[in-house]
Amino acid sequence: MTTPQPQAAHPAAPQTAPQAPPHAAPGYWPGTAPAGGPAGPVGYVSPIPVRKATLMDAVSAEWTKIRSVRSTIWTLSVMVAIIVGIGLLIAAGVDASGSKMTGSTALAGGFFSVMLGMICVLTLGVLTISSEYGTGMIRTTLTACPDRVRVLTAKAIVFFALTFAITLVSTALVAMFDVAMLEDQAEFAASGGEWLKVTVGTSLFVGLLGIISLAVGTLLRHSAGAITVMLGLVLAPLVVAMFMYTESLSSVRKALFEYSIPMLLSVFYGASGESSATSLSGWDPLWVIAIAAAVALGGAYASLLKRDA
Amino acid sequence: MIELQGLTKRYGEKLAVDGLTCTVRPGIVTGFLGPNGAGKSTTMRMMLDLDRPTHGTVLIDGQHYRQLKDPLRTVGALLDAKAMHGGRSAYNHLLCLAQSNGIPRARVREVLDTVGLTAVAKKRSKGFSLGMGQRLGIAGALLGDPQILMFDEPVNGLDPEGIHWIRNLMKNLAAQGRTVFVSSHLMSEMALTADHLIVIGQGRLLADTSMADFIRQNSRSYVRLRSPEIERLLDVLAGAGITAVTTEDGHLEVDGTESAQLGELAARHKLVLHELSPQQASLEEAFMQLTAESVEYHAHSAPPGGDPRPVAGADAPPDAPPDGGAAPPGGGWGADWRKKKGS
Repeated sequence: MTTPQPQAAHPAAPQTAPQAPPHAAPGYWPGTAPAGGPAGPVGYVSPIPVRKATLMDAVSAEWTKIRSVRSTIWTLSVMVAIIVGIGLLIAAGVDASGSKMTGSTALAGGFFSVMLGMICVLTLGVLTISSEYGTGMIRTTLTACPDRVRVLTAKAIVFFALTFAITLVSTALVAMFDVAMLEDQAEFAASGGEWLKVTVGTSLFVGLLGIISLAVGTLLRHSAGAITVMLGLVLAPLVVAMFMYTESLSSVRKALFEYSIPMLLSVFYGASGESSATSLSGWDPLWVIAIAAAVALGGAYASLLKRDA
Repeated sequence: MIELQGLTKRYGEKLAVDGLTCTVRPGIVTGFLGPNGAGKSTTMRMMLDLDRPTHGTVLIDGQHYRQLKDPLRTVGALLDAKAMHGGRSAYNHLLCLAQSNGIPRARVREVLDTVGLTAVAKKRSKGFSLGMGQRLGIAGALLGDPQILMFDEPVNGLDPEGIHWIRNLMKNLAAQGRTVFVSSHLMSEMALTADHLIVIGQGRLLADTSMADFIRQNSRSYVRLRSPEIERLLDVLAGAGITAVTTEDGHLEVDGTESAQLGELAARHKLVLHELSPQQASLEEAFMQLTAESVEYHAHSAPPGGDPRPVAGADAPPDAPPDGGAAPPGGGWGADWRKKKGS
């Protein structure tokens, strides 16, 4: 352009109004539009009622986010399929073999499938936040809710509740099948406390592991990296311990073994006592993982508050 | 109303934004202009509390962004077109934003209608074109019916109809008394929409003026003359004390004299004129002149006969010479490089 349009200097709307396309038809915008353009610092007042946004608003937003993405639905479906499907296969296999389950209850059959299904929670926990960094959605999220503690808290609540509920349903199903099919082969009958551990206990454990994944995802912001770290965290201690032959390292080896995720989980399935490699018993694994989750989440809050989005 | 006070952002050694102080007022469209890498997006991110300033503050109606109780009801922002999860449908994307601020669900339908995305509301945004993504981002900004709107390069990727639409949208929003702050690196675009201009280069404030003043001050106006008797015309002009510049294609350009006066002068000397036209240099040129010294990523066209440069321009040291940057744009870089090599 060689000559500037004179109207550029005059914001007053009369000549712009007739040009408005159908979407932005004049009068569409409700509220108190001052008629004559910039007449001093007149503010705009929206007719939509204003109320203070709360944590519950953030929770419902996070729930919408998590349920409206296909990867969530797929990952959780795979998890249910693994826990229930493989749990049933194992139960059927043990039942068919007719062998005795020495030193354990019928519920022990559910351990392996939960261990496998847990991998899905690691992935999903990481993705819940790292996918926001990957896509740039995080900037939209934090613009809508600048209280970063609230954002992460809402994510943690939603993700914990979701994994807890899904694990609870799956493990309860597997436990029922196990008891129905393997009761006669098990050495001990499953008590109420043991039922509670393999259902509620396991579900809380998996939920907290999900919180750790969410925290690691927040710290690393990178999906592939964070998922790798989580897989390493779950598998490496056990693998490292297995190859630590030296006598002088035996105490390290024992600790790695005891506190590795699979060994912790196995305590709920009756792998405690003098015959096993771990000194933990009862509900101990839950406290261990709860402390780990608290530390990880604390780090995630600190990082989220400190770093630029 | 947005107030920036000494806003500074430092990334390591590099000052991305350097002591920016200005005010964005309601009721008008304020254009935020600067070349690529001038710090526009960084400034906007600091306004939204996404990035923490190294120094300085941003106040939105007297409050920090993070103190806002219902941010989307106060500020609506379009940062970049694809700041959304591609796997989520347009409707759900807006729904989760609405929920986070307690905005009624019905409003989602309204804004989808406003931006013309109702037909694809249930489609995942992954498949959206850049223009559709931009519209969805704008829908998100309008969701809370906010008093302040910020758009970062909103015309990017829009088709001509879309560009026309967003221009009118911004003007209408401002006419309703809202604060509209829009960034761009295109002066021509701003000339059509903005009432006020804030120009930055290398993070520093270069101009904070009304559009009308900017046009008046920065666009060089001159008169172009064409004549078959160019030599005589030059003599006559010189005789009248008027300096004329001959251009490469045989025109004359005269600064600071009215075209009427020149026409009368020619008539008095019975000179034949083929053209006598008042001209104004484009605002784009004025903008480039203003920011020439602060442009960070120059494209270099090798001057004829000039020494071939061993490194690409992106490595150029961006710092202007300390003596106020008096070096002519273009010559500055090579001089800098030679100085560096010598030291």
